[in-house]
Amino acid sequence: MNSPRTIFLLLVALLVSCFGLAAHLQPQFQAWRGSRASGDIFNVVLGDSRRMFAQSFYVKADEYYHSGYYPTIFDNNEAFKTAHMAEDTGAVNSRNHGDETGFLGPRRNWIDAFGRHFFPDRHTHLDEGGPTDDLSGSDNVREILPWLKLSADLDPDNVQTYTVTAYWLRSRMHKVAEAEAVLHEGLRNCPDSYDILFELGRLYDEDYHDTGRARNVWELAIRKWLKIYPALDPEAQKDNRLIFEQITTHLAKLEEDAGNLPEALNWYKAAQKISATPDALQSRIDAVQKKLHAPILVAPAKL
Amino acid sequence: MKNIFAVAGIVIKELYRRKDFYVLFIVTVLICLVMASVNIFNDAKIVRYLKEICLLLIWVCSLVIAVTTTARQIPAERENRTLLPLLAKPLTRPQLIFGKFLGCWLACGLALLCFYVFFGALSATREHQWPLLDYFQAATLHWFMLGIVVAMVLLGSLVFAAPSSNNTICFVVIGGILFVGRHLDQVALTLHEPFRTVVYSLYFAIPHLELFDVRDLVIHNWPLIPWLYFSLALLYALGYMAVFLVGTCLVFRRKAVN
Repeated sequence: MNSPRTIFLLLVALLVSCFGLAAHLQPQFQAWRGSRASGDIFNVVLGDSRRMFAQSFYVKADEYYHSGYYPTIFDNNEAFKTAHMAEDTGAVNSRNHGDETGFLGPRRNWIDAFGRHFFPDRHTHLDEGGPTDDLSGSDNVREILPWLKLSADLDPDNVQTYTVTAYWLRSRMHKVAEAEAVLHEGLRNCPDSYDILFELGRLYDEDYHDTGRARNVWELAIRKWLKIYPALDPEAQKDNRLIFEQITTHLAKLEEDAGNLPEALNWYKAAQKISATPDALQSRIDAVQKKLHAPILVAPAKL
Repeated sequence: MKNIFAVAGIVIKELYRRKDFYVLFIVTVLICLVMASVNIFNDAKIVRYLKEICLLLIWVCSLVIAVTTTARQIPAERENRTLLPLLAKPLTRPQLIFGKFLGCWLACGLALLCFYVFFGALSATREHQWPLLDYFQAATLHWFMLGIVVAMVLLGSLVFAAPSSNNTICFVVIGGILFVGRHLDQVALTLHEPFRTVVYSLYFAIPHLELFDVRDLVIHNWPLIPWLYFSLALLYALGYMAVFLVGTCLVFRRKAVN
């Protein structure tokens, strides 16, 4: 029984059965959604916890936007609920309340008072010059980008990371091609995102001056919004109204500039239905209606 | 003083004979160079993330060097049976303590000098500026903070049984002070008596090492710390070093050396 030949044959049998089992399991493992083997390095190492790290790096980018002046878990962070770097893009609903300049509060004791000389203690934004208040250095906002890139790599489903990255890339650093690449990557990961489509439309309209593509992208964003919005919970619906208003008012402005006044009027009216400030839009509607009903002036020589 | 400097000289020689510093320095350099080679949206001017990583590594490495070098000084002398002959010479116990402290502190200073020169060179490649006074303030505060750490670990090496337990306890205490030291008074307010008074007293009693952590000011190019407050911070550090060293001398006076 214990002869070398028997042991050898047993080993061969075990090897064959191992190979067979592996060949049988491999396709199932590849098809299994929980598999980490097919993911990138972050997915393999961190699994789903990478989303938590992604959020930390997103906050880190906002901390850089404030040049290190940022509340800790022990401070009052009511004025920092929504990242200021996202709020300043104009496409995010803000949840911030309170005093953003004084979250440290009054000096508590001599150690606290003394310690405030050794860390950033003044509210500044990088795009406004940062600690030096030098507006010519507003392109220093580039410093937030590594953390946003890392955040996007860790959590590819977070739409805001792409829109914020693209906004600062094109608006302050004039890197339009890179911004477009970021948005296309975002669309590959989140194909139904109307936020990314809105930002892409802005890029085509404001940087490439390609109104045709901007119109197409924004109209697609509207269709996506109309499809997704009814399924959202009331709180999410409230947050998503701003983006609809932004898309429709941009579309209305685009049509108005192109001379398509009836379409512009329709978009302004659509925006007004959902806007938190309908009176402001009424003045735009009145102006378009006035243009629409104005008599066409013809030169006397042609009469 | 001659005796103190002689002991200190031996400790410094020990640092550059051992491999710890070289390994940590090379690891720091390699990590920073790899991070610097990452292409972020084709922009070669992005530097603050690199400064942050480099300074974080410098802080971690310097703490490791300070704690591990200091923790083994007196236990190693006792283990090698060299403590008794050393004290048989015209060398008093306080002189030995001060010599060991000075040696470890100066060794940390030399290590910091290498680290900060590398940090300055790395930043200059991207920022094209050399804010020497900012680096001087950051490095000096860092060095004085390490002075408190060295004095504290030296006291721990006489109180705790083995260097390993001393290392672990000191790392936990230092980490705790750096992370929550500044907020202990706020934490105290959320507690009931008697814990409130205990934590509040602790807040005023501990050495606030986080005061010396001015990395954010250096990373984000904030203006210099006013020199008056800078000097007061150094005095604060010297005060705590004195407290720990006197404590160490008192403990060592009654300690059996064989």
